[in-house]
Amino acid sequence: MEKCKQCGQILFAKELDKQVKTCPHCGYHFTLTAQERIQVTLDEGSFEEFDANLVSGDPLHFPDYSARVERSRQATGLADAVVTGAGTIGGFPVVVGVMDSRFIMGSMGSVVGEKLTRAIEQAIERSVPVIIFSVSGGARMQEGIFSLMQMAKISTALARLAQSRLLYISVLTHPTTGGVTASFAMQGDVNISEPGATIGFAGRRIIEQTIRQKLPDEFQTAEFVLEHGMIDQVVHRKDLRALLATLLSLHAKGGEWSGR
Amino acid sequence: MAVELPFEKPLVELRLKIEELKRFTEEKGIDMSEEVATLEAKVKALAEAIYRDLTPWQKVQIARHPERPTTLDYIRGLCDDFIELHGDRSFRDDAAIVGGIGRMEGIPLTLIGTQKGRDTKENIFRNFGMAHPEGYRKALRLMKQAEKFGRPIVTFIDTAGAYPGAAAEERGQGEAIARNLIEMAALTVPIVCVVTGEGGSGGALGLGVGDRLLMLEHAYYSVIAPESAAALLWKDASQGQRAADAMSITAQDLYRFGIVDEILEEPFGGAQRDPAQMIVTVKEAVLRALIELKAVSRYELPALRYEKYRKIGVFTESEAPLLAEGQERANASSNIVTR
Ligand SMILES: [Zn+2]
Repeated sequence: MEKCKQCGQILFAKELDKQVKTCPHCGYHFTLTAQERIQVTLDEGSFEEFDANLVSGDPLHFPDYSARVERSRQATGLADAVVTGAGTIGGFPVVVGVMDSRFIMGSMGSVVGEKLTRAIEQAIERSVPVIIFSVSGGARMQEGIFSLMQMAKISTALARLAQSRLLYISVLTHPTTGGVTASFAMQGDVNISEPGATIGFAGRRIIEQTIRQKLPDEFQTAEFVLEHGMIDQVVHRKDLRALLATLLSLHAKGGEWSGR
Repeated sequence: MAVELPFEKPLVELRLKIEELKRFTEEKGIDMSEEVATLEAKVKALAEAIYRDLTPWQKVQIARHPERPTTLDYIRGLCDDFIELHGDRSFRDDAAIVGGIGRMEGIPLTLIGTQKGRDTKENIFRNFGMAHPEGYRKALRLMKQAEKFGRPIVTFIDTAGAYPGAAAEERGQGEAIARNLIEMAALTVPIVCVVTGEGGSGGALGLGVGDRLLMLEHAYYSVIAPESAAALLWKDASQGQRAADAMSITAQDLYRFGIVDEILEEPFGGAQRDPAQMIVTVKEAVLRALIELKAVSRYELPALRYEKYRKIGVFTESEAPLLAEGQERANASSNIVTR
């Protein structure tokens, strides 16, 4: 049993699962773990994980960082804030990167950068599309310049994917902010989000301090960035898998139009 | 009188004392030259001690010094015939980023950079060197133009960060920076990036993906402004000093990490003490980098750039599974029905 964070209705686990963890009353989308996201998106039993054994270093010897990583590992069972691998959706092969916000707010450090880069390289090797599900507070401050440079590293990998004419779909989920928004999350051939997700670059509080004004509630929501032209669609989670499968089918190898 | 930084206060005091003694000599006719000489020696020794061992926080203050050369100073110092080009062709011209074409030692270049102002009025016009999305889009337009005509690109980075405003968000600050990163990765002309002052996070990186990263001796480059880090870590923005020390943001740190290719020596006390000398140093370094890159075919450039960024990151990879036996992957049993 769980209480909806938006409308307060009591929801039963079965009901919630049937709705792919969205509220049947108000449409609120609960945050998914990486594991759950993979489960609801990929064909059953198709997921093959990559690089599960990467652990971040502590290049700045930043106060409390190693301990924080260890605590996050223990609490989540995750090695870091992203799970990568290959699988199929509706039978179409795909490489996926799925972030998990429970691991230090889904922040991007060297491990996130390396795993996503390797995944993209795998996709090029296998000649299959890439889908990345973002959920992140942005760059991981504790890794300093190394985390900032992951934005460039993943971007150069995605540039190479583009050169190979392979599809990249970015799914921005709640919340996707900072350096992740300013890199791979906004670089999709198709950018998709879920209803109500927070999507932005600068933090709301920082903007409010800068402009000395309260921002409206809808500021930096998925609907707001859709209206401003930054993403292609806002899709209810119940319809997301089908949409991804259709997009993959439209880009399937051998299906291209070849005029003379 | 030059703008003095807080840690330069002891020097300022000594210099004032020397002035006073000199005036006393003139007015009263009493010879104080011995005392003056002693104090001058003291100033020299103290200045050397201060500038030899600058702390990260002191470097941040030098990097933000209002009298440092700006991007336009560097561009005009590097080229004889710079032509500024304006606008992103979509929304407006962002004065926080300048760009155009010029010729340096016979080489046509596209030069782009964030532009700070010299005084309050100019800073308001330049938005303190903090760009909106249209600034990054103007930069990209000029970079694509450079690629079309086979011109190398030189970028100058001196910004506290991309502007965190409501309009900037509406127009897609994140998208604009993201677009530059992926496009710069693939450009088939050489890109030399120079961090001249503040390298403020994604706003700096939006002009910073290239083949060579040069950094001035007292410049800093950080994933987050020290004050913002302090606000997050200790709920206290005034602890910028503590954050600066913890975050390894100096040119020397980044060189040690293999992220910066070359540190450009600043005049004694900082670039603001001798802008002309600083500009010469930057020009020579950019020229050196371009001559090196001339040996690379344009089709190899993106591949080499790929390798440059590919190797950045610190992590370990273990053979064995990370989790101890019996500790199952969290939520592995969660049971969601979708199909
Ligand atoms: Zn609800």
